[in-house]
Amino acid sequence: MRAMDYRGPYRVRVDEKPMPEIQHPRDAIVRVTRSCICGSDLHLYHGMVPDTRIGQTFGHEFCGIVEEVGSEVEKLKVGDHVLVPFNIACGQCHFCKQGLYGNCHESNPAATAVGGIFGYSHTAGGYDGGQAEYARVPYADFGPTVIPDWMDPDDAVLLTDVVPTGYQAAEMGGIQKGDTVVVFGAGPVGIMAARSAWLFGAGRVIVIDHIDYRLEFVREFAPAEVYNFKELDDVVVFMKKTTDGLGADVCIDAVGAEASGNILQSIIGKRMKLEAGSAIALHWAINSVKKGGIVSIVGVYGPTGNLVPIGNVVNKGLTLRANQASVKRLLPKLIEHVKEGRIEPKKIITHKVPLDDIADAYHLFSAKLDNCIKPVLVLANA
Amino acid sequence: MSDTDLAIRPSSDVRAGSDAESSPMVHTSSGPVDVSRIVGWGFDADTENDPTYSYRDRSKDDHSGEWKRPTLQQPDVELLQSVEHKQLPAVFGTSSPPKWVSGMMRRAAFRWSESHWAHWLLLMGADRVNMVEGLVEDLAQAKIPNIPKEMGVRAEWQHNKKGLAAKIGIAAAIGGGLYLWSRSRGRDEEDLGEEERG
Ligand SMILES: [Zn+2]
Ligand SMILES: [Zn+2]
Repeated sequence: MRAMDYRGPYRVRVDEKPMPEIQHPRDAIVRVTRSCICGSDLHLYHGMVPDTRIGQTFGHEFCGIVEEVGSEVEKLKVGDHVLVPFNIACGQCHFCKQGLYGNCHESNPAATAVGGIFGYSHTAGGYDGGQAEYARVPYADFGPTVIPDWMDPDDAVLLTDVVPTGYQAAEMGGIQKGDTVVVFGAGPVGIMAARSAWLFGAGRVIVIDHIDYRLEFVREFAPAEVYNFKELDDVVVFMKKTTDGLGADVCIDAVGAEASGNILQSIIGKRMKLEAGSAIALHWAINSVKKGGIVSIVGVYGPTGNLVPIGNVVNKGLTLRANQASVKRLLPKLIEHVKEGRIEPKKIITHKVPLDDIADAYHLFSAKLDNCIKPVLVLANA
Repeated sequence: MSDTDLAIRPSSDVRAGSDAESSPMVHTSSGPVDVSRIVGWGFDADTENDPTYSYRDRSKDDHSGEWKRPTLQQPDVELLQSVEHKQLPAVFGTSSPPKWVSGMMRRAAFRWSESHWAHWLLLMGADRVNMVEGLVEDLAQAKIPNIPKEMGVRAEWQHNKKGLAAKIGIAAAIGGGLYLWSRSRGRDEEDLGEEERG
């Protein structure tokens, strides 16, 4: 089969690879129909995630048609068109029992801090991902969800990560009616977080980024008040001024480890890699939220450590909430939101690309060419 | 763990509201202890005071490390396992087993827990070595990688001709090692970019 093949930082190509096989009785093999490139894939592409090995196939946002199932699979049928949550979850371990499907303890040998994720380095379990014609999907009866007849696969594929992650970011914010919510980052997840903030009753939604075309997009889509931080002297002072000197009720970090905006953080975090990426978005979130407020983190950070003003978290009495989205938990609600038009995921797709052009798609997304927001691979046999 | 290091969180059956007939147990460093021996235990337990709502369902939290395990996948490739794991998880990926020099570095890294910087720095180092190994592997198979294509030069040509021309011009002026050099330059520029989640 044809599959994306990682060759080193900034280098990917499509190669012929062996067909995936059933390796566990609860596995399924899925013929991929849609597969996104995610902002978190760019952390891999940039060589920022430890234990990203040459030869791995990336891709944790995909849907496809079930081709084959293992002997313990009871519900999924060959021919089902399913969307596959990015978390690999068993559904029965200590953490899955509590609904923490992003933190399964039975899917990742290499680390205990993170559960298995498709195509996301060996630190997240060493699985080949869905940027390929076929993929092996463990725990097939638990994660994969049949796409309803009425749903466009372009919407479905965004329910594997982007929509639930954005939605959970807002949910973890504990937003109360009338709250002012600030979202740092106008990437796909930040856009969905801003949209979701309204669903929780926000009174005001502000989005901060430095890329104008993305700010323009979220201004219409969420809708939201948008500001380019390069045009602000000091983001934190601006936030205080615009909230009666108090700060926002809820701040959401939808950026993570490759944040721009601070030279010191960029040098030690991104160039020298002495901390787990640049943490400036989280820094701003902590300092912009009001005392007693909530900071919700869904941006991806590395496993080592970051420079953040933790003293202010104490002195301000903040609550920090964070997790990888528990996709399976949220799906019933989100499918309903898509059905009723409360969320329109596919509007964020800007580029549809064949698998063979994957190197161009990665570069285009990484370098933010052609106003790219979300590239989706459409497989030839889809 | 010290004697005072008690698991003072209320147990699941208190939270679930069942009238526990036998007192629940907590663990101290001297082993399991009946909570009736701990003055005030659970007195102010309040299920409403739970910032983990709504993404953690505490009613099923039994505080034990035991559960009905799925069928176990049988390893047929070398796996590196975190020393923080009690046992090998039931499923795992078999994408790219460790090999060559980078594999030796990765094996060494897994002697340390996820809490040690040495673990992660060795893995990052192994990734860089692995990149060179990948080139050697390609060449050994008489395959010359089309590096500009792998780096998406066509997208750069279509959407950023000026940037591409500048890169090639400067690279040509400097001379040899054009592709390697332009790659590292490309990386520096993009490093200053921002990657939002999603
Ligand atoms: Zn993703
Ligand atoms: Zn689990």
